[in-house]
Formats: sequence, C-alpha cells, structure tokens
Amino acid sequence: MTRQLSYAQAIREAFAQLLENDPRVFVFGQGLWSPWYVGSSMQDLDKEFGRHRIIDSPVSENATTGAAVGAAIAGMRPIVVHPRMDFMLLAVDPIVNQAANWSYMFGGQVGAPVVIRGMVNRGGEQGAQHSQAMQAMFAHVPGIKVVMPSTPYDAKGLLIAAVQDGNPIMYIDDRWLYQEQGPVPEEMYSVPIGAATVRQSGTAATVVCSSYMTVEGSKAARMLAESGIDVEVIDLRSVKPWDQSLILESVRKTGRLVVADTGWITCGIAAEIAATIGSAAFEYLKAPIERVCLPDVPAPTSGALEKAYFVGSEQIVSAVQKVISHNSRH
Amino acid sequence: MAIATGPNVVGATANELPSPALLMRMFRTMTRIRVFEERLADLVEKGGINTPCHLYIGQEAIATGVCTALNDDDYVWGGHRSHGHYLAKGGDMRAMIAEIYGKATGCSKGRGGSMHLFAGQVGILGTVPLVAATIPLAVGSALASKLRADGKVSVSFFGDGAVEEGHFHESVNIAALYRLPVIFVCENNLYASHLSLAERRLKDNIEKAGEVHGVPAERIDGNDVLGVHETASRAVERARRGLGPSLIECRTYRWRGHVGPSWDMDVGVKRKDELSEWLSRDPVKRVHKMLSEVIGETELQAVTNDVQTEVDDAISFALESAYPDASELRQYVFYKGGAPE
Repeated sequence: MTRQLSYAQAIREAFAQLLENDPRVFVFGQGLWSPWYVGSSMQDLDKEFGRHRIIDSPVSENATTGAAVGAAIAGMRPIVVHPRMDFMLLAVDPIVNQAANWSYMFGGQVGAPVVIRGMVNRGGEQGAQHSQAMQAMFAHVPGIKVVMPSTPYDAKGLLIAAVQDGNPIMYIDDRWLYQEQGPVPEEMYSVPIGAATVRQSGTAATVVCSSYMTVEGSKAARMLAESGIDVEVIDLRSVKPWDQSLILESVRKTGRLVVADTGWITCGIAAEIAATIGSAAFEYLKAPIERVCLPDVPAPTSGALEKAYFVGSEQIVSAVQKVISHNSRH
Repeated sequence: MAIATGPNVVGATANELPSPALLMRMFRTMTRIRVFEERLADLVEKGGINTPCHLYIGQEAIATGVCTALNDDDYVWGGHRSHGHYLAKGGDMRAMIAEIYGKATGCSKGRGGSMHLFAGQVGILGTVPLVAATIPLAVGSALASKLRADGKVSVSFFGDGAVEEGHFHESVNIAALYRLPVIFVCENNLYASHLSLAERRLKDNIEKAGEVHGVPAERIDGNDVLGVHETASRAVERARRGLGPSLIECRTYRWRGHVGPSWDMDVGVKRKDELSEWLSRDPVKRVHKMLSEVIGETELQAVTNDVQTEVDDAISFALESAYPDASELRQYVFYKGGAPE
C-alpha cells in the first residue's frame, strides 16, 4: 500500500522537495518560523533549508508579495505564503496588477513565475475577516491560474506543478483539510493544472466540487447511495483554468448538474461553471443547474449563525434531490 | 509649507570632473532623451499617437546620472514616466517609439504602449504606471541578487507621489532589514498629476523616510547630472559591498503636464513662476555649457546632429512597422519560455 500522509504533511513534503531540487525556490511570508502559525505544513523547513530561503517576513503583505513577484521576474521561483487569505487582500496590487499582467504587458518576453499560497482558515467563530475563500476574485483575472487541492496527493502534486509552471499561480489550501489522510508517493511528481478528476462515478447526477467541498460532496454521495441514488463526484482541483471537457462528458451522461464551491454564490466559481455548461450542454440537461455556495453574507462569529452560514453535505443532498426530481422537458 | 525650488541641497557636484568619455556619454544620453521627448511631444500634438505619454523633459539628469553609475546587467524598474530610464539604461529607441505607435516591432509587441516598457537584455525588467508598484518589485530583484550572490544592483525610479503609497514604506523597511542591494531614486518633480507637493504633504521631507527605516538618504539637485552620478555611484558601491539600500531624493521639475505635451499652466498655484525658474536650470543646457568648455562646441553639435538623425530613423522605423495582427489578441497571456537569467 502506498504511504499515507496527511494533507498538511503532503504540503510540507512538496516544499521540501522543491527546495531540495531547485536553488531558485525560496519561501517568503508571515509565520514561517513559528511552530504553530501555518499548521504543520511548514514545520522546521527553516531549520532544514536555512532562514535565508525560508524567510519569515515583516507584516507587509503588499511589499513581500511584490518582492516575490520581482524576484520571480528576475529569475527566481518564489513561493509567498499568506497564512490567511483575508490578509492577502492587502497584496492585490502585486498579484492582480503586476504578476497576472506581466507576461502580456511585455509581449510574452518575460514571465512572473511566482506561487502565491493563500490559506483558507475559517470556522471556529473567527468571523468575517478570518474566514474568506476568495478564489473567484482571482480566477476572474486573466494571466493567473488558481488551484485548490482537496487530497494529500493533489496538495503535493499541485504545489510542485505550480512552481514548475512558470506563470503566476494562486495555490489555495483549506485548513479544514489538513487532517485528511491519503496516499502520497515519496517521489517528486506533479498533478496537471487544469485537470479535474472523478472521485466517484455515478449516473444520477454530476456533483462538481472545489477544494473542501469535495469532502462534503463525497459524504453527500454516500448519503444518497443509501437511497439508491448514485451521483458522480468531480473534484475540480483547478478552478482556473477548469476542466470543461471532463465536466461536459459527465453532464452528457447524467443530464443533471450540481456545483458546490467554498465561496460566495454571486459571481462565483459555481456561477461560471453553470453558465458555461448551460451553454455548451443545453440539449443534455434534464434539469436546471443547482449551486451550493455560501450565501452573500460575511462570515458570522456565533456558532449558531455559523451553522446556518456554512454549507456542506446536507445542502448538496438537497440540491441533488432537487435536480433529480425536476420534471424533464426533454 | 514653503517648497524649496532652489538648489538648497546637499550632495553637490563632485569636485573633480569625470573622464571626458563619461561626460560625453552623459551629454549624448541626455540629448537623446531631450530630442526624443520633444519630437514625441510634437507628434502627440499633431495626432496619430494615442497611448498616454508622460514626458520626461526636464528630468534627464536623473536617469542619466544614475544609469551611468550602473552596469549593463544591473536591474532598473520604472513607472509611467520612464522613457528617460529606458533610453539611459540602453533600451533600443526604435523599439520604444514603435511601441508608442502600437506596432508589432515595439519593445512590448504592442501590448504595452508608452507606459509598459521592457528591455530585459539591458536590465530593464519593467516600467508600469501603477504608482509605486515597481518599488517592491525592485526589492524583489535585489533579494534575488542577494540569494544568488550575483553582485547586481537594482534601481527603483519613482516620483514624489509614490512616497505617499504604502508600497514605498513597506519596501524600504524590508530592503533595510535584509540589507538588499537596491537604490530607491525618488524623482521629486514637485507634482503628482495635478497636485503640488504642498497640497499632498504637511512637510517637505521625503528624504527623512530613509532615516526612519535606517537607510542612508540624501536630497540632491536632480538637475545636476554630475551630482546625481556621484551620489548614485556611492549608493551603488554601498549596495555591491553588501551594506544595503540607499534613498536618493532628486529635486527636479516636470516641464510638461502630467500627461501629454501641454505646459500645464492650469494646475498648481505658482506653476507659471515655478516653470520659468526651473527652465533656467535646464539640466541639458548645464551639461552642454560645462562640456563646451572642455570639449568644444563643434563636437557637441555633431552629437546633437547624430541624435536627431537617430530619432528620425527611429520614427521612420516605427511608422513603417506593421501593427500586431488581431488574430494574436490572446497571445502572451501566459509566459511560454524559460525563466530569464
């Protein structure tokens, strides 16, 4: 049996192998020398590779991200770590205006091969500024790719792919996934950016999930299986570019689509997928596409409200039941 | 606040003149910038150039004084007003004017225009119009140089408006903390767009930002190319020796408007008086006067004639070049090549 690692351990292993194999790689961000700040996903990397390559930075998201972008343009392969994505918003200029545009603005003569790791760290009554999953904002921007692994295998393989890609990549990991266990090969490998994967095949409906919603989607699939409904669960892995052909193939088979994302509903990843599939597979659809996303509300703190705010397997089950019970016009 | 417009500045001209070869190089560079920009102003006025052009006329001594203190492979980053930086660092004039005309032969292949210039082969890693945006990027290329120990120096050129951005203060702190080989060159031309310095700051003390962050800083006369060169040379040496960053506030004046060829008389309370005072401190005339005593008028005139021919040739090249094909709209969103050295 392949070795099992947690999601956090898999991320750490990717960092270690990247640092070991490419002298251009260095890591810049807050909390990197702390044993607790970024979970166990960076533990002791500074001791192993030196504090000149694992740089715990001042509280300056804008300048540290900008410096990473500049170092990338000058030939390095930096990874910037934002232990909370909410704080990363202070660095939108270097990400959106600079890194994302750099290749295009200069006619493809130079790239900005920077990886920006934004951690989603929510729940636990942390509230509006310690909870946000902003993938849709960044997926909106041309010139940047956005990946969101949900398994330990992908957490490692997508981080390696991101560094090797040569373009600005936003790598979004969710701390709700850190304890997930799964098989992770010891060697260095990459997972292709832009390729989704089928986590469970089925015929009743297609459930497309991003990041942590894949865990909830799989749970929903088990619940639905008890009532004899076999859904196909697809893990997006990359939200920009996203795997249109795999989802189309599945929807042509099932005729019903539910998209579950960790972000807000309006202008979100699920909206984009619904619009595209609605247009490309209209004649195959037997029911309107359903979205399972966060309501357009900031994250609350009180546990009572959090329960009402976050969505998961229950909402996915309801959405699947809705698309299945829809009376087909075909 | 009384804004000092006179040369009440430290870091005066070096006592000994640099070699005649270096002086001639400075004169040629400043003349290239001046003639190019004057011609561009005329072309913009006539019509046919649509990309916003922020002219560098009046500030030539700064780009020239700094870039003559650098090696070809040192890095330079700029902003919206960077035609002068591009030429002074050795960027190809033909490719720049072609870019301004939106041609496929432009230095950014028609995706950049006047405000996004690139010349990787001479260390210009990018000039972009987001105010202060390239300051942290310059810190990043300096960090790359430190990690690789490649001995290169990074220069960040920015205006007085950029000092009002958080980018600047975060960047100076980080550069100081890690002793990075970067030089922050603030070209204080007393205006950010339409607002004068006094309308944007309580104190006229940009150079004090260095002290706050533990970075040596000087305010110098930005219209004195020898003084700029001498101060920049000291900053370069300090950076190469691993002693860290420097901040240089160069006092100068933007002759033309924020954007375009106008003389901009409608902004600022004292713009007209200021301008006539600053016109008398013309940095190109100053170096011309100095050199005519050392080298002679005939040779200087030959340089000017040469430059005029070069500018004519560059404009013809641009006009004759093709536009990018509409079918190539989506090209270059992602970078396909390997990382640059």
